[in-house]
Amino acid sequence: MIVIEDLTKKFGPFTAVDRIGFSVSRGEVLGFLGPNGAGKSTTMKMITGFLAPSAGSARVCGHDIVTSTLAAQREIGYLPEGAPAYGDMTARGFLAFIARVRRLGGVEAAKAIDRAVEATELGGVLEQPIDTLSKGFRRRVGLAQAILHNPPVLIMDEPTDGLDPNQKFEVRKLIGRMAAEKAIVISTHILEEVDAICTRALIIDRGRVVADGTPGALMARSRYHNAVSLTLGGQTTVAVAERLRHIPGIASIEVTPRGEETTFTLFPEHARESDTLLVDAVARIAREENWPVRALYGEPGRLDEVFRNLTRSDTASSSAVNGKDAA
Amino acid sequence: MNELLAVFRRELGGYFATPLAFIFIVIFLFTMGAFTFYLGGYYESDQADLTIFFNFHPWLYLFLIPAISMRLWAEERRTGSIELLLSLPVPLWAAVLGKFLAAWVFSGIALSLTFPMWLTVNYLGDPDNGVILAGYIGSFFMAGGYLAIGSCLSAITRNQVIAFVVSVSVCFLFTVSGLPIVTDFFAGWAPQQVLSTIASFSFLTHFNAITRGVIDLRDVIYFASLIAAWLIACGIVVDMKKAG
Repeated sequence: MIVIEDLTKKFGPFTAVDRIGFSVSRGEVLGFLGPNGAGKSTTMKMITGFLAPSAGSARVCGHDIVTSTLAAQREIGYLPEGAPAYGDMTARGFLAFIARVRRLGGVEAAKAIDRAVEATELGGVLEQPIDTLSKGFRRRVGLAQAILHNPPVLIMDEPTDGLDPNQKFEVRKLIGRMAAEKAIVISTHILEEVDAICTRALIIDRGRVVADGTPGALMARSRYHNAVSLTLGGQTTVAVAERLRHIPGIASIEVTPRGEETTFTLFPEHARESDTLLVDAVARIAREENWPVRALYGEPGRLDEVFRNLTRSDTASSSAVNGKDAA
Repeated sequence: MNELLAVFRRELGGYFATPLAFIFIVIFLFTMGAFTFYLGGYYESDQADLTIFFNFHPWLYLFLIPAISMRLWAEERRTGSIELLLSLPVPLWAAVLGKFLAAWVFSGIALSLTFPMWLTVNYLGDPDNGVILAGYIGSFFMAGGYLAIGSCLSAITRNQVIAFVVSVSVCFLFTVSGLPIVTDFFAGWAPQQVLSTIASFSFLTHFNAITRGVIDLRDVIYFASLIAAWLIACGIVVDMKKAG
């Protein structure tokens, strides 16, 4: 549904997006990750026709965004960063305006507005000017606007930014409900969100794709993938570490004391193998030794660690990149 | 066409959703009246027509119209709603024209609310109402000219103050280009052809011609093509900003 090829955006000498290419099909929720200034928003602005690409192409449902802009835009629901709206309008007036622009008339428009209002739970604030709404409600007005015409393609720039945990949960649920019949792209800073709702994650750094895969596949790139984490009460660290080290297949152990508890992270020699055997072995020893176990689990991998490793280049040159995303 | 109408309705509604419309109209009517009766010495002139009233229009518009037009694009850019507008399936011409028409109709509403002036002269004497109608039509066209200029200049910036100041300056040049303040600068060295071309750009020249009661096709064409040219320029500016 979305096909991006060699998409490039230059602002003067600065290359914000550098030959990005990917595609998203129906039923996929693509999580767009990257540090600030990596080019996430710029890419979304090009796909939705707000910015003209310097090179490359973006096609939405077969319509090229440059040569048949309007046809492509009709297929897209877009929530821009910060959910801008016309603040002097009421939520209802604003949605009615969007319906008119989307060529929904009369009964059809009323139905579409009702549906979007219900999905985003805006019922209570419909008659209030958008300027007077809280951040969470404004974001939901933006969401309602994006899904109003039930578009096959949904592009959302940080849809849960500024929402409280309950609202985040609701928005994720909403995205989850729509996922099956749409192609969805969301950008986010929140890594747990990727794991929670995305079927695929794309990490970009300084305008380039540095990783593309399922959240699971990305987590498998973590050094914590299939590591075993054991948390014990008390501080008998030396003897415990010594005992754990003798489990066959352990490459190394990290010890992190935290208050009254100590966490041991065991890294297996072969990270690709399943961790259940290792967890079993640790559990057996813990029982034998009668350790005060507080927690024991196999780690799937840590997305934030993968993210940091892949995008670390940013910190070295952050001064050159900062703020360019907004341009 | 649907999109044009949607943008038009939203923009026009936007004026009345805030105190802006109310404040603007009150100040517009108040200054119109004050200028006509006090500065213009309306009663002392002892004439039952609205010449004095219309004579002040270009100078009032010079400041009041950029106050309407400054927000057209600059505000959208500042609040970020321009990203929403330009990613909606709205053709660029519909957005430019819809905004302009809304502002034009709004200024038309303000202008039509000066009707007590017309009632007054008809009560006091026996004016030529055809001339007065022509004056109103001319004034409306002139307002459109100022708005088109302001609309284009509003698109170049996200700062409404800059949009206002630049619009006033450019509108001023277009207003006075037939007066000695501009023509003297060119007189003496520029050929007569150039001089009359520059003078023909003046709002005053064309507006005064209409207020005399003669709606000449040339004056109408002047205002229409001026509006069209500035709106096309506005579209080009908005489109160029897309290129980043």
